[in-house]
Amino acid sequence: MPELVRVRADMPPGHVRTPAYLRGKCGVIERTLGPFRNPEQLAYGVKAQALPLHRVRFTMAEVWGADAETPTDTIEAEIYAHWLEPA
Amino acid sequence: MKMTDKSHQFDGRRWHDMGGEIAGPIPDASRDFALWEKRVDALMIICSSKGHFTVDGLRRVLEDMPPSSFEEMSYYERWIASIAQNLIEDGVFSTSELGQRITEVKRRGATYGEAADA
Amino acid sequence: MPHDHHEHLSPSGHPFRADDDGHLTYWQAMEIAVRELLIEKGVTTAAEIMGQIDAMDARHPSHGAKVVARIWTDPDFRAAMQADASEATREMGYDIGPMKLIAVENTAALHNIVVCTLCSCYPRNLLGLPPDWYKSRAYRSRTVREPRRVLAEFGVNLPAGVEVRVHDSTADMRYIVIPSRPTGTAGWSADALAALVTRDSMIGTGLPKSPEGG
Repeated sequence: MPELVRVRADMPPGHVRTPAYLRGKCGVIERTLGPFRNPEQLAYGVKAQALPLHRVRFTMAEVWGADAETPTDTIEAEIYAHWLEPA
Repeated sequence: MKMTDKSHQFDGRRWHDMGGEIAGPIPDASRDFALWEKRVDALMIICSSKGHFTVDGLRRVLEDMPPSSFEEMSYYERWIASIAQNLIEDGVFSTSELGQRITEVKRRGATYGEAADA
Repeated sequence: MPHDHHEHLSPSGHPFRADDDGHLTYWQAMEIAVRELLIEKGVTTAAEIMGQIDAMDARHPSHGAKVVARIWTDPDFRAAMQADASEATREMGYDIGPMKLIAVENTAALHNIVVCTLCSCYPRNLLGLPPDWYKSRAYRSRTVREPRRVLAEFGVNLPAGVEVRVHDSTADMRYIVIPSRPTGTAGWSADALAALVTRDSMIGTGLPKSPEGG
């Protein structure tokens, strides 16, 4: 059973690689990669923690709702583990 | 709208985070790069591979530029600005060293070809 | 690709391109200054810079096209690309450096398209530098919200029943779309097949050429 996750809806300042349009959205983990060092830390030259990187698949309906061009089309994005919580 | 109204309505989404924004037609743009642009690209690869900064640091400086920079500056103009700042932050050269060298470069001539001839 | 920056020589004997006759901009002066300081401080050399330019110039969509053609004709290579596309591409002889690659295959039921909404991430070490439109505000904004309208602008109209999947290159991986092999190419050599694979078909904004040349 693919793992259902939600992207945290936080809005921090600074360098972040979780796109705003996916925050708060639910998807399934398509595969897990890494660990890779946290870009939020690398960007500032501070010691960076290595984190799992999850490819998450979202439906267009989930991301855009009633506005979706084709609700069953999908988006896949790589999201660092600390941005995901169980759905 | 007053300046304070705009900041009061800011939801935290930064300007470079463009996914889902409304925009016009995809531009039919594609061109060869000039030598100076290829040099900028090369400097990024070389300096990051040698540990002077990371691609994350490059992006961070690009994102910290004002929204107008995306329209007013070309891609590699923004890149050389970011590379220079990252190298200054890494201590490779100082702001004043860079400033003095830019002045000297401009003295050499009015064209890129002349100014690149050291 | 010709090394056109070696085509003309300035009076001092150094090569320059035609556009080097343009007015020197602040940013061009900065590039010259940064480059000279880096060389003087021993961070790099003129030869190393030229070598990197040449290495990047040598990377071209035709390399990706050969990878695609081999996937179409070699089931073991296809499996290797699905398991670890970086490793498989390197074993084929391409110097992709540290790039981490994922190959996403189009099928009769699935059309993939790649974008980087946050900047301009692109599999440059296999395909060369990305086109300007890929880096545009319009492409970065619209592709994740209305991919079919974007595809239509590129002249790609998908049949009903095909899912569009948008890959947003948000982190460490880079993506190459493996287009569907055109019909009417049974028995073709990998070289002949590679000639049908366009750069845009490997981004997902185009389809491969058909055998009739359409």
